[in-house]
Amino acid sequence: MKLERLQRELRKLDASIVASERDGCILLEGEVEDYATAFAAGKLAVDKKRYLGVLNDITVKGFEQKIVLPAENDSSLEGMECDVLVIGGGITGCAIARELRRHELSVLLVEKGADVASGQSSRNGGVVHVGVNFSKGSQKLRYCVRGNAMYRKLAHELHVPYENKGQVTFARTKAEMLALEYVHRTALDKGVVDTKVMGRDELRKIEPSVPDWSVGGLFMGTGGITSPYLMTIALAENAVENGATVALNTAVLDMKVEGGLVVEVSTNRGTIRPKAVVNAAGVHADVIAQMADDRTFTIHPRVGTNVVMDKKAGWMVNTSMGKTPFTLTPQQLEGIPSDPISQAKAMVKTASSHTKGIALIHTVDGNMLVGPNADEVPDREDVSTDRAVVEKILASQQEVQPAVSASDIIAYFTGVRSPTYEEDFVVRPGIRTRNVFEAAGIQSPGLTAAPAIAVDIAMWVREYLLGMMDVKKNENFNPVRHVAPVLSELSLEERNQLIHDNPDYGEIVCRCEEISKGEILDALRSPLPVYSVDAIKRRCRPGMGRCQGAFCLPTVMRIIADEAGMPYEDVVKGSSDSRIVLGKK
Amino acid sequence: MKGRYDVIVVGGGPAGLSSAMAAAMDGASVLIVEREAQLGGILKQCVHDGFGLTRYGEVLTGPEYAERDVRAVRDLGVEEKLGTFVLEAERSDDGVRLTLSNREGIHHVSASSLVLATGCRERTARQVQIHGDRPSGVMTAGCAQNLVNLQGMCVGKRVVILGSGDIGLIMARRLTLEGSEVIGVYEARQKPSGLVRNVVQCLDDFGIPLHLSTTVTRTFGRGRLEAVEVCQVDERMRPVSGTEEIVACDTLVLSVGLIPENELAEQLGIEMCPMTKGPLVDQHYQTLAQGIFSAGNSLSVNDLVDYVSEGGERAGHAAATHALAANRRAKNLVRVEVGERLSSCVPQLIDLNGDLSKVVFFLRSDGDYQGGRVILRSGSREFASKRLRPVHQAETIRLEADLTELDGAMVAMLIGE
Repeated sequence: MKLERLQRELRKLDASIVASERDGCILLEGEVEDYATAFAAGKLAVDKKRYLGVLNDITVKGFEQKIVLPAENDSSLEGMECDVLVIGGGITGCAIARELRRHELSVLLVEKGADVASGQSSRNGGVVHVGVNFSKGSQKLRYCVRGNAMYRKLAHELHVPYENKGQVTFARTKAEMLALEYVHRTALDKGVVDTKVMGRDELRKIEPSVPDWSVGGLFMGTGGITSPYLMTIALAENAVENGATVALNTAVLDMKVEGGLVVEVSTNRGTIRPKAVVNAAGVHADVIAQMADDRTFTIHPRVGTNVVMDKKAGWMVNTSMGKTPFTLTPQQLEGIPSDPISQAKAMVKTASSHTKGIALIHTVDGNMLVGPNADEVPDREDVSTDRAVVEKILASQQEVQPAVSASDIIAYFTGVRSPTYEEDFVVRPGIRTRNVFEAAGIQSPGLTAAPAIAVDIAMWVREYLLGMMDVKKNENFNPVRHVAPVLSELSLEERNQLIHDNPDYGEIVCRCEEISKGEILDALRSPLPVYSVDAIKRRCRPGMGRCQGAFCLPTVMRIIADEAGMPYEDVVKGSSDSRIVLGKK
Repeated sequence: MKGRYDVIVVGGGPAGLSSAMAAAMDGASVLIVEREAQLGGILKQCVHDGFGLTRYGEVLTGPEYAERDVRAVRDLGVEEKLGTFVLEAERSDDGVRLTLSNREGIHHVSASSLVLATGCRERTARQVQIHGDRPSGVMTAGCAQNLVNLQGMCVGKRVVILGSGDIGLIMARRLTLEGSEVIGVYEARQKPSGLVRNVVQCLDDFGIPLHLSTTVTRTFGRGRLEAVEVCQVDERMRPVSGTEEIVACDTLVLSVGLIPENELAEQLGIEMCPMTKGPLVDQHYQTLAQGIFSAGNSLSVNDLVDYVSEGGERAGHAAATHALAANRRAKNLVRVEVGERLSSCVPQLIDLNGDLSKVVFFLRSDGDYQGGRVILRSGSREFASKRLRPVHQAETIRLEADLTELDGAMVAMLIGE
């Protein structure tokens, strides 16, 4: 849309909004009453043919983004020089740091949170996506398909759970089956293999929980599941094993850009001088890009809540499944007139509601995950959950699996996705700043795409650095992560032997998930030790079971305190301001 | 440790200890398997008094009560495996076989009889639909009790307690005595959940307010807890919008119910009772799996430890009888139906070929009543009856009956006076 016309449309939303062109982007400014207006303006301004992206700087009255910064303030990184600084310890940043170490480059990864996978990388459903739903030519499709193909090997090298059980989309009517047939026919063209439209009976062999209303659906054989936080942690650990440095509780505060180059990056732990900078900052990627004078996009936070059901409900889904985006379930059909036009309208309304086909997921731990929803919100760091949202998610998924029941809920969590207004990844070398590399706008299928994104970013960084230094291959790079024993994977004889060598493996600390003291100590002695209850919970599961840590918390705290050599009362849940007890009696 | 026992008891809390004691007194060889380093179960952290009034006619603290049982089982030569976890349990032709893990290795033991005395766990914040942020400072009452009484820690300065279950009430007093400010106890129901004596002794005596029909709906704080949102609820326990109120606090303690722990029973394929969430048992506390018995809070959640011990003894004697019997009688089971105004009944079954002379029932009402008469009936015949005034849902009703002339199914009910 031409600028004048866009301006007229924007005025209809709010008189204060002014649009202008800046550095090949469309810049929006103004102050509006509510976030929905600011968001609508951003969507309206999208024009991929004319502009690199939307810079939405419209402010909302009464809202100011609060960014929680680490409590730490020291000079431990002051003056540090490195070849590559990776900003962000989510799955993308960790995959990039590991990939970079295939060459002799000094790599420093900084993460604002108290652990890697502090943001959306630990707050998603763990689905390794197929990609059929992404449009041809999009970065999402390209990196999803490439990443998917890399997953089996990667999970094996890093010893992370990965299951390739496939993905299923259900159709209610024969017409919807035709639509799925179309999806199937175009899949190969998109590079997606192993899809098949199946009738109800055939589908039941793969997914026993086909809903009563479904006539069949699309089976996608490359769909998989993994543990998103274990994958992120494993990538980070393997990066560290191969010589990368990870600095947690480290936030980038500003950058100095001179002559088209980032020359200094200041953090709460001192100023770093990198030769190259990778922006993998998730929900804050546009803020970082702005600091580097390379911003061509805006992140608009989109929250999604997932509900974790007890393992007892695990039978309710075998794959990752959901209805097609346009399927109206019998419940939704109630009250809609039966004429084709009314139904088509309702289908379009359903299809545009930003929820993907996937709704019920059998996790690698055997639980069932229900969700997520998708809501546009102003706050990038608000991961609070809401009762009404959880109830809505359950109600909608009961249409797919009627056995879904609130009494099986053991936990719920919210993640903030970081899409751009263009709804595509921004994976590219810097445009105005030559030594910055963007891995931004990453939302689903980011978990799937991360390994492929890492390959490209590492390649571009290397090519850039080759202009100023010699970049040798890292002959010692070992893609295989050293892993401590996982007792549940061993035979009783092997376990017995292990206990004889180290009695800590015989002492069960977490009764719900059956985790031994030895496994907790292994996590605390890993290449990237994090001394917090949440970090231990993620790495080896104590506190994730049905008691949610009520029994084992005091013991886990004791183990952490003894291992870290810290007083018991200093043990934290996650961040350094999250002490569990407030001192001795 | 030898490999074969007459009776193995899983759980070294009050139910397990009294089971082991009873079985050993009957001449059975007994092994107790306990996952913690010490016997006594949750009593170890219950430093308050009020235990033993029914069983001993004395007022004891939790550790004192446990100590008596521990001494008794040791005097009787019961073997104990502490710091030992049951990895697997399976039924065999001659009883059960367990796979254990401890610091010495993996072990296999077997027995003719198994008593499951695995206790219960607490409901968590997610199970009662608390939303918002996930700061530190939110914990169950039992966890708080452990941190204060066993680890010697101060859990918080300004504390809100959700739920008026007994542990919550006890913790309100305990935390006050330790110098914390307990701002209030919130209870979603219209009546307190715990024993009346605990409401008086733990809240009223310390001036701690109890807010009924009110629950905690949200938590705030990104590091440590900073505040909670409390909200009134309607009769169906749904929050009433517009009644939200923010209460500043650094700690939220939850006492919102107990759930029997029956993962082992489920692994053994034992049939469960939907009302108690424990196994279905007969008057000997034998489950529907031959030779497997259940006792204590894993059978059904109790209000008094004295009843736990009484039930444990019953299971222990029966487990020994089963193990030592030369030939076993076939069972002839009839059901005990839970009738009007009651919510649960233990035992749920009567073995007409078993001991019928003095059968003890533990019943719970489905609400609070001014008064009533609890009766046990088969056909038109009344086998036992007891007048109660008032009837509290929170309190177990104990009823003894002579069933020697019983010949069919029974029903238990609470009727008007």
